Amino acid sequence: MAAAAFYDLDGTLVRTNLVHAFAYNAKNQQGLLRSVTKTVATLASVPLFMAADFYNRRLFNDIFFVRYRGESEDRLRYLADELFENAIRPSIFPGAYELIDKSRQLGLRQVLVTGALDLTVQPLAKHLKIDDYVTNRLEFVDGYATGRLLPPVMAAATKASWMRIYAEKERLNLSDCYGYSDSMSDLPMLSVVGHPTAVNPDMRLRNTALQHDWPILDLR
Amino acid sequence: MRERQPKTLRGPVPRNKEDEQVVYIDNDSAPRILFSGEDLLLEDLPVGTRVIYPKPPIEGLANPGAAIRYALNHPLDAEPLYAQLMPGMRVTIAVDDISLPLPPMVTPDVRQTIIEILLELLDANGVDDVHIIVANSLHRKMTEAEMKRMLGPKIHNAFYPDRYYNHDAEDPDGMVHLGVTDHGEPVNVNRRAVESDLVIYVNINLVPMDGGHKSVTVGLCDYDSLRPHHEPETIRASDSYMDPKKSVLSTKVDRMGAIVDKHMNVFHIETALNNRMFAGATAFLSKNEDEFTEIDRLKFEGMKWTLSKMPAAAKRKLFHSIPAQYQLIACYAGKTEPVHEKILARCFEQYAVNVRGQADILICGVPFISPYNVNSILNPLLVQVMGLGYFHNMYRGKPILKKGGVMILTHPCYDEFDHNHHPSYIEFFNRLLPETRDAMKLRHKYEEEFAHNPSYIEMYRRGNAYHGAHPFFMWYWGENGRQHIGKVIAAGAQNAHVPAMLGWDRAESLTEAIAMARSFVGPSPEITMMHHPPIVMADME
Repeated sequence: MAAAAFYDLDGTLVRTNLVHAFAYNAKNQQGLLRSVTKTVATLASVPLFMAADFYNRRLFNDIFFVRYRGESEDRLRYLADELFENAIRPSIFPGAYELIDKSRQLGLRQVLVTGALDLTVQPLAKHLKIDDYVTNRLEFVDGYATGRLLPPVMAAATKASWMRIYAEKERLNLSDCYGYSDSMSDLPMLSVVGHPTAVNPDMRLRNTALQHDWPILDLR
Repeated sequence: MRERQPKTLRGPVPRNKEDEQVVYIDNDSAPRILFSGEDLLLEDLPVGTRVIYPKPPIEGLANPGAAIRYALNHPLDAEPLYAQLMPGMRVTIAVDDISLPLPPMVTPDVRQTIIEILLELLDANGVDDVHIIVANSLHRKMTEAEMKRMLGPKIHNAFYPDRYYNHDAEDPDGMVHLGVTDHGEPVNVNRRAVESDLVIYVNINLVPMDGGHKSVTVGLCDYDSLRPHHEPETIRASDSYMDPKKSVLSTKVDRMGAIVDKHMNVFHIETALNNRMFAGATAFLSKNEDEFTEIDRLKFEGMKWTLSKMPAAAKRKLFHSIPAQYQLIACYAGKTEPVHEKILARCFEQYAVNVRGQADILICGVPFISPYNVNSILNPLLVQVMGLGYFHNMYRGKPILKKGGVMILTHPCYDEFDHNHHPSYIEFFNRLLPETRDAMKLRHKYEEEFAHNPSYIEMYRRGNAYHGAHPFFMWYWGENGRQHIGKVIAAGAQNAHVPAMLGWDRAESLTEAIAMARSFVGPSPEITMMHHPPIVMADME
């Protein structure tokens, strides 16, 4: 039976995260005043984002994506390629290329399972020659973001459940699959595969990986 | 305090002794010291037990620098090194990794002494394209601190990291295929070494398995090149792999080495060290307990008491921080085979003890260290490799233990692994061993999965992890012993599941283990204890 390697993205394969992407958009608003205001507001919210993320990824999503409310879809799409070239591509961990290469050589399907937005993930997935990906998607009404995410919201257990469904659909054996993440919030995702690996882990995931005897990898 | 004369009267009565290093336990004999991981045991052995001690250290060379220079200027079957050097040539110095010697020796390490001399010589001859590669094969890469200690700050600061680095067997651009032997064994070697005009290999021969063609052919190879000889059938057919003449492992490596020699210009420098592992405060650990002075006894009791009060991690740290006081006893240079032959002779001179007759029960104290856990934990797989691999194979002629005999190992068998150094060992132990202990099945069903696991490859390349396939090699390393030994008993194991997973029995104490062994082999067994460390090999009559 076939197998896959499932990767979280932010912090796992790239140094940047959701906030970096948002900050980039904030900095590149139309109009100087709007750019400055958005950037300052984003910076001021960083401690709040960190606290929310530490507490619960869902809470973080609730208070973070609302910041996109009112953003034009065209503008976000326009900035996506620029964001990739200027911010995301330079922040791909050097080891990420090797890891994906070795994994591909094993015949594993390469799949990104990330809470990042589809707009930002698309060019990166193409660059890394990822076969499949699932992301979060903003809800747009009349071409403008509502600040809500379309279901299913990719975080924590939802990632694991998506992987189960995906594996069933694609006839993959999860016991032979590999999972890579940096964050404790992805514990469910790592728990459903036969070969979980903590990558550049935070303290909580590191401790969990040690307890479960999972490999701990540093791609930085 | 004035030291008393040794109590010679308490010594055992020689019973047709085959060697000075062989002692038979008598009613008046002192109890014997055994390592049990990071602890020391003091055990009364049954009367009649034969204890085989390491030979006393051969006296070290008075002037190692002069001996090294002499070897470089008077090589065997080769031009003197200075005559081989030309300005502008490309030279690679490959050097044994941290698995040798054990424990790491007091500084300056003999490799530092040799390479300092080499670099002077290279510099004087206008050779400035020089790289130093640690020939770690699929072992873990050495840390920067370990590399600095091994060659000293002067060389380290001048060469690290661009020109002094670890071999990377998984570098897709870093290996060159040199050919295939007539037995179908592929020979892949480090690209920098292959593309050099001259490779100078600096070796330390701690056990007779080391050195010779193994240095380049194994030290600088990749997984595909290691597979043909690091496999169960080769190990089963090697009686023993510490005796190169009887070792299929050695035969295969030599065959591959011939291809290396066809394509590469290798100048081999081999060294032999004495077995002065313990000196100063710990010197008593090498002595016959019957000859202990009161001071020795006090030292032992003090050490044992201190260790009993320390947590395991602190004891480990303490032992790993005590360097061995090894001294150079021989250095030869030139063509691989004649150099190796000379060095092997010196090694056997230091290690080999004449032993007459096989034993029914063999007792070995497993110390805190193996070649694969310097600055780390002796995990269960490594306890296994020490017992069934190294200790069982320490013979020439025939095994010390009779076929179907009992090996007793004293070790706590703690279920601890180093996540940075041995990540694949953890999966091997917990996932594979519960399914099977059959080396053939493990090799065919799982070895490649582990070897190609991207996480393990990246941990080997970017961290300090042993290669994903390494736990398999450790298991195969014990294959000869596993086929030969009837029962293994872990005496003093602190849990039941580790011995059970390894297929062993557990005993609370050595006394209980001996009783269990007697019930297995029958009454009046011949019992032998190998009193290592330091290293001792049995020349079986």
